[in-house]
Amino acid sequence: MNSIVLSNIGRFITLLLVQVLIFNNIDLFGSINPFPYILFIILYPSSGNKALLYLTSFLLGLAVDMFINSAGIHAAASLILAFARPMILKFSFGISYQYHNLNILKKVTKDIFNSLEVFSYISISILVHNITLFALELFRFSFVLEILSRTIITMITTLLCSVLIIYLIKPSKK
Amino acid sequence: MQQIFNFFIKNSTKLLFLLLLLISFAFIIRTHTFHRSSFISSANGVTGYVYENVNDLKEYMHLKSENDALVLENAYLKTIVYNNLTDKDSLEIAKLQPSETDEYSILVAKVIRNSFNTKENYLTIKGGSKQGIQKDLGVINSNGVIGIIEKSSNNYSTVQSILNVKSKINAKIKGSNHFGTLEWDGKNTGYVNLTDIPRLAEIYKGDTIVTGGISKIFPENIPIGVIEKAYTTASSNYFTISVRLFNDMTNLGYVYIIKNNYVEEINTLEEGLEDE
Repeated sequence: MNSIVLSNIGRFITLLLVQVLIFNNIDLFGSINPFPYILFIILYPSSGNKALLYLTSFLLGLAVDMFINSAGIHAAASLILAFARPMILKFSFGISYQYHNLNILKKVTKDIFNSLEVFSYISISILVHNITLFALELFRFSFVLEILSRTIITMITTLLCSVLIIYLIKPSKK
Repeated sequence: MQQIFNFFIKNSTKLLFLLLLLISFAFIIRTHTFHRSSFISSANGVTGYVYENVNDLKEYMHLKSENDALVLENAYLKTIVYNNLTDKDSLEIAKLQPSETDEYSILVAKVIRNSFNTKENYLTIKGGSKQGIQKDLGVINSNGVIGIIEKSSNNYSTVQSILNVKSKINAKIKGSNHFGTLEWDGKNTGYVNLTDIPRLAEIYKGDTIVTGGISKIFPENIPIGVIEKAYTTASSNYFTISVRLFNDMTNLGYVYIIKNNYVEEINTLEEGLEDE
């Protein structure tokens, strides 16, 4: 096993635990919880196995669902984000990202504050994930305005938390 | 045949995506029915274990207030016992044992996870089928009703909280026989709505709402809350009453589970009626 596989497994477990133990207890304004666990999908290697990404993001979402009793909506939203990821990458980094063998982790952690590409990649990913969550929750209940406002605040807090986490795991400059 | 295989091999990734998507949608749709899917729930060993350990930590912060509440409840119960059973002295009372013919038996369990920030809130408690906790038992604490057991595994159970838009509990105004249904509108964690109380009923702000007697789950007269306000529309013959809960649903420690020992007898009786 090489270090990329190991670091991805580590990220999977760490993000799941952090999500369940810390971020699910934030309850901002009474009911808002950010979902930075999707950083796993965002930071997955761009040249990595697609089937494996689908499977792991499904499992990650399912695990989050189990902890908060939300019946499959996180599994579906993570899966759809994993599916949309190549398109988001293409949109943010240009069509040539595949040929340059873009190292997402390195690029994202290095340029988080000074590259519009990285910022748009992260925020569009969060947007896709949250809109799916929003649509699925709407499908289960009918509190349109409340769910919409919650989605927007969740989006903003998730973005803040994700940027913060990336900044924290950023390797120090030499 | 060859072409079919080729198609599957060529599109295996996309097919995997569709398969997983289908599975997750199946989970979501299954929760529309009353009984939730058996797989996605925090009543399983792994999530139960994690929440139990986290809760052990949290519990230290609340030990004192939890103790105070228990002492107060004890004192209250002692007052009732000493004032009502005058023909027995305190030694005899201490010897009183629950008998096997009692209609209700009470189990105790600890809340290891409490949610109150979504539309469908569930609690996870430590205690499952090994302790005799099963589906559809009532859950209360000293302040009043909390919810109904939704599912139980060997050591853990999930409770459908009173703060769940799917929850429907039979309730009435204390001292009268006007029954209604207790529902949550998904907005405020301190309030629930009592619907279907007829306009004829005399109600006042501050009246106590208790559980009704027609449920197999809860015994009669368990407190729920007090009337905060009542409103009705011109065309409706019923009140919608906003009830302020006695319980602070955001802060729960130990709970009692009420088991009706005759529920099987009642069920077989009712099934027999349907067959005829």
